Amino acid sequence: MATAKTYDPELLQLERRRRANWRRIKGLGLHLVLIALLGIMLYPVIWMVFSALRPEAEIFGDMGFIPTNWTFENFVRGWNLYGNLTFTQFYINSFIICALAIVGNLLACSMAAYAFARLEFRGKWILFGIMLGTMMLPIHVQLIPQYIFFLNIGWVNTILPLIVPKFLAHDAFFIFLMVQFMRSLPSELEQAAVVDGASYWQRYWRIILPLSMPALATTAVFTFINTYNDFFSQLIYLTDTDRMTVPVALRLFLDPSSGSSSFGGLFAMVLVSIGPVLGFFLASQRLLTKGIATQGFK
Amino acid sequence: MSMLDAANNPVLPVAEVGRPVRTIPQNRTGSAFRKAENRAAYLFLAPWLAGIILITALPMLASLYLSFTNYAVIGWPSWIGLENYVRLFTSDRRFVTSIWVTLKYVGFSVPLVLLFSLTVAVFLNRGLRGLSIYRSLFYVPSLIGASVGIGLLWKEVFGERGVVNHMLGWFGIAGRGWINNPTFALPSVIALNVWTFGASMVIFLAALRQIPDSYYEAASIDGANAWQRFHRITLPLITPVIFFNTVLLLINSFQSFTQAFVVSNGRGGPVDSTLLYSLYLYQQAFQQLQMGYASAMAWILLIAIGIATALLFWSSRFWVFYGDR
Repeated sequence: MATAKTYDPELLQLERRRRANWRRIKGLGLHLVLIALLGIMLYPVIWMVFSALRPEAEIFGDMGFIPTNWTFENFVRGWNLYGNLTFTQFYINSFIICALAIVGNLLACSMAAYAFARLEFRGKWILFGIMLGTMMLPIHVQLIPQYIFFLNIGWVNTILPLIVPKFLAHDAFFIFLMVQFMRSLPSELEQAAVVDGASYWQRYWRIILPLSMPALATTAVFTFINTYNDFFSQLIYLTDTDRMTVPVALRLFLDPSSGSSSFGGLFAMVLVSIGPVLGFFLASQRLLTKGIATQGFK
Repeated sequence: MSMLDAANNPVLPVAEVGRPVRTIPQNRTGSAFRKAENRAAYLFLAPWLAGIILITALPMLASLYLSFTNYAVIGWPSWIGLENYVRLFTSDRRFVTSIWVTLKYVGFSVPLVLLFSLTVAVFLNRGLRGLSIYRSLFYVPSLIGASVGIGLLWKEVFGERGVVNHMLGWFGIAGRGWINNPTFALPSVIALNVWTFGASMVIFLAALRQIPDSYYEAASIDGANAWQRFHRITLPLITPVIFFNTVLLLINSFQSFTQAFVVSNGRGGPVDSTLLYSLYLYQQAFQQLQMGYASAMAWILLIAIGIATALLFWSSRFWVFYGDR
């Protein structure tokens, strides 16, 4: 009988072992493919790391992977490339803008999100639709009049054009992110506060905001990364050399007349420039990779 | 209904009571606290509303007006009607070039990013060990890919003595200078965009993990092979996420700027081969100071993105599967 054969314990165990082996081989193969893909993808970055650490003359030499003569001279040269204006100043400029942008986004976006997520008001759905619509607007349709306006009120070459929009919740994506999160909080929490006579501001500040920490943290990290990496608006608004941020300063490496034919210095500064982003990411990677995706789809 | 529903409790002063339970049918006990809630909501929205008016709506209107004028920052704009638009489409070779470059850029990078991100996400979702490490490493390029630094690196990587040619050398292939060759410059920039597929991959991965294992078990019992399980279960269930990712990628890649700028030192070369639309717009606005002309370009871009997204939304009814409908 066929059933008798199927239930033969020896055969069954053999079959099970065969399958387990097969699965192990397939898993190993998958790991190898993924590691190879990652290797190809990250090879340029690793190459840059080692290039920054070897003497200038050896960078495009025989391309031996690991440097034989380790040196930090590229970092020193790159950092001081523009005479008395060093990257110290560019980093300070970048970090000031990032810090203020984070504060602005957290405050303004969470306030708007609280209204959309937890309050009822007239015109709510129209305004919500407008908010979603602005996420799709290309910046270019606002850019030119904004620039002319900021130019006329004397804000060009200050950080204000980069900061003020954040305090006006211009990044609708973060409003949306926080709305999604705040909607999922149970309403009983706020009801308890209402019984205690809490005002709307207290409900927002004391209850909803502390509970929205994951969404706020995600917003902070992404605001940092976006603002730090942002090139377009910083290129337009910050033209004085002492106001320049890291990306705008790096751009000068492109200019042949600045006398920066130093590839070692270039690689060293590129490496240093992506450092803060990678640092922020490592510090918050669970939040970033898991948080954003799940919060966006709740 | 909860005991704490203060709106139904007549003991509490009306002014201090909100309408706490939103999903429950409207409470008509008084318009006073509805008015208070209304006012509170608009106070919370005040910064955003100010922003919408001052830095979104007004500039948009101004840019629409400027697009019908000749304006060079100094002096006043002079009305020239449709001349900017006519000139763009009839006598501006570089404009037409920039449209082609952008269409090629979007047309190649969006499908490639989707393909890479979905494939890697599906393989990562197979209960692999070290999933979170892989996920983070694949995500790293997305973090830094938009930065000037990586643009500078890319210029060297695809340069004549760069890493790409070095790697090709292992297989005995003699390379060339990719980034300064009119044929290969744009593909190099597209490659940089595809390199950042990790962000889409993370979103796919989150969606894949929400598909119940029981679906796959049931299919396996029915004798479905791996491809059938992907094709009949995974793919239909994640079409909403494919749609979401496509919209995001489309809107972003239409506006790409930094990498083409860095790789071509702001010129869009060689021979305008990397002249993306935003790069040309930047040149017109901030190098030639043709603010009216550039505003016309901005509005054409807005309309183009609008049409592309509308088409995508329209097409979604044929291929996006929502389980609850």
